[in-house]
Amino acid sequence: MKIKDLIKSKIETKFPDNQIEFSEYLDEFCVKVNKNHIVEISNFLKNDEDLKFQLCEDITAVDWAVRTNRFTLVYHIFSLKNNFRLKIKSDVDESDCSIDSVSSVWGAANWQERECYDMYGIIFNNHPDLRRMYMPEDFEYYPLRKDFPLMGIPGSLSLPKK
Amino acid sequence: MEKLKKEDVNPKILDALLKDTDITIEDALDNEMILNMGPQHPATHGVLRVLLRLDGETVMNAVPELGYLHRGYEKMAENMSYYEYIPHTDRLDYISPMANNVAWVLAVEKLAGIEVPLRAQYIRMMIAELARIASHLVAIGAFAMDVGALTVFLWTLREREKILDIWDILCGARFTNSYTRIGGVANDAQPEALAKVKWFIDQFDDNLTECEKLLNSNRIFIERLENIGVLPPDVAVDLGVTGPSLRASGVEFDLRRATPYLQYDKIDFNVITYKEGDSLARYFVRVDEMRESAKIVRQVLDKMPQGEIMANMPKKVLPKKTEIYTRMEELIHDFMIVNFGINPPVGEIYHAIEGSKGELGFYLVSKGEGHPWKCKIRSPSFNNLQALPYLVKGHMISDVVAIIGSIDPIMGEADK
Repeated sequence: MKIKDLIKSKIETKFPDNQIEFSEYLDEFCVKVNKNHIVEISNFLKNDEDLKFQLCEDITAVDWAVRTNRFTLVYHIFSLKNNFRLKIKSDVDESDCSIDSVSSVWGAANWQERECYDMYGIIFNNHPDLRRMYMPEDFEYYPLRKDFPLMGIPGSLSLPKK
Repeated sequence: MEKLKKEDVNPKILDALLKDTDITIEDALDNEMILNMGPQHPATHGVLRVLLRLDGETVMNAVPELGYLHRGYEKMAENMSYYEYIPHTDRLDYISPMANNVAWVLAVEKLAGIEVPLRAQYIRMMIAELARIASHLVAIGAFAMDVGALTVFLWTLREREKILDIWDILCGARFTNSYTRIGGVANDAQPEALAKVKWFIDQFDDNLTECEKLLNSNRIFIERLENIGVLPPDVAVDLGVTGPSLRASGVEFDLRRATPYLQYDKIDFNVITYKEGDSLARYFVRVDEMRESAKIVRQVLDKMPQGEIMANMPKKVLPKKTEIYTRMEELIHDFMIVNFGINPPVGEIYHAIEGSKGELGFYLVSKGEGHPWKCKIRSPSFNNLQALPYLVKGHMISDVVAIIGSIDPIMGEADK
């Protein structure tokens, strides 16, 4: 339990004004932040001497389909020093479907954000190379959104030129 | 490999390829060359496509293109029950399907709160380690073949064949196993299967040494790999590289030790690390890890208790087939689980195991329904491939093949 209290107190003293929520489910500790502060908090968590969350394991989004804040960005980061995994969450609404890129903090975020952009259409501001990861560049839809049908959209994938 | 013209390359890819340079596109196409490697190329281990910008024979930049094997497994997971998804995990990292099965059921069990009997846990550890050996054997064999040593491939595949025979006895399938179940394993490990595992482990060390001798005293092999594709530890961590490739850079990170799952905290094993971080170190890590895996399997065989192999939770774990035909309760439960799923409570979890390529994790979100609301596969090959442009920069074009072989990507997993 010590490391969780440490993270909590460190973040609370460092960012007293930001509304940061802490939660825990099945022993997984989660920090929920405002999307405008994602880069500074990531920077702090990575570079703090006691925390050292250096490994960005995974970045993905959850599409809640009918909620006001339609998407939740989920970051899984790992501290090799403490052997501890932390989850960062941030809500993104469909009307302003963008968030700042953390690829300046973790190099691994580059492709992970590209994949997230490809699948959910979330724009990552200041991303060095925001291209589609899996789908062709001229594909117009975002396959993992809940309104994309399972069978796909006929005719949406163009055949390569001969 | 084919030479490309400007109009053949997607403008955005061209941009990425010409990054970190002050020359214009026209200049680049006059003095340099853009070469297309893959997706149909034997050395890319599947359908990896790499665009290379070359100055003479030196690689200036590389852009990997993924997605040629993208089957949308994350989308499919949202539309099928947790049980139905087990066979699909076989097709992720198709060289070690057993490890994927274990990773998936561990994630679901964490989400649904299922406690698995001890014997099933030991069986899972045994198959996960054997899958690691099988995977590393293919990795080393294919790697050696890429740099021109063909015999090793035949010898390591002969060893792997014995593991496939064990799968055959254990679960009836050689390649796509689907052996684990939520709450346990499909059927008990029979004495003849365990005897075969023991026989395999006993003879494995000598045979591995034999394969190793072919490479370790092979001057061409050593010289083609030493100091090729050096990955410093801080860069490796920054780029999200995990597994043998990370440990070859000297970072002692192994999820079996860092966040023990199953019964790994009761097993004695070493985490292999090398300091050099080059392609040769990545080969040495794999060889040593196989010996450690064999050590783990030996301990697992000694410690494996007798007892149940499926958890006794009728609402969440499928009953035995014989009971379905004879008992009313079991028939109802079977009907409910097959038709409506196991409905884990509302919540979300991330669970990762140390797969043979690195950290293999599943992020699951449940809304209390029979199928997951979201499933994210954190695949090691995908993240390891991200280091490829860094590794190949400044090397010769023939080294690209060796470097791809040394990070051992499996495209089924990288493309999902």
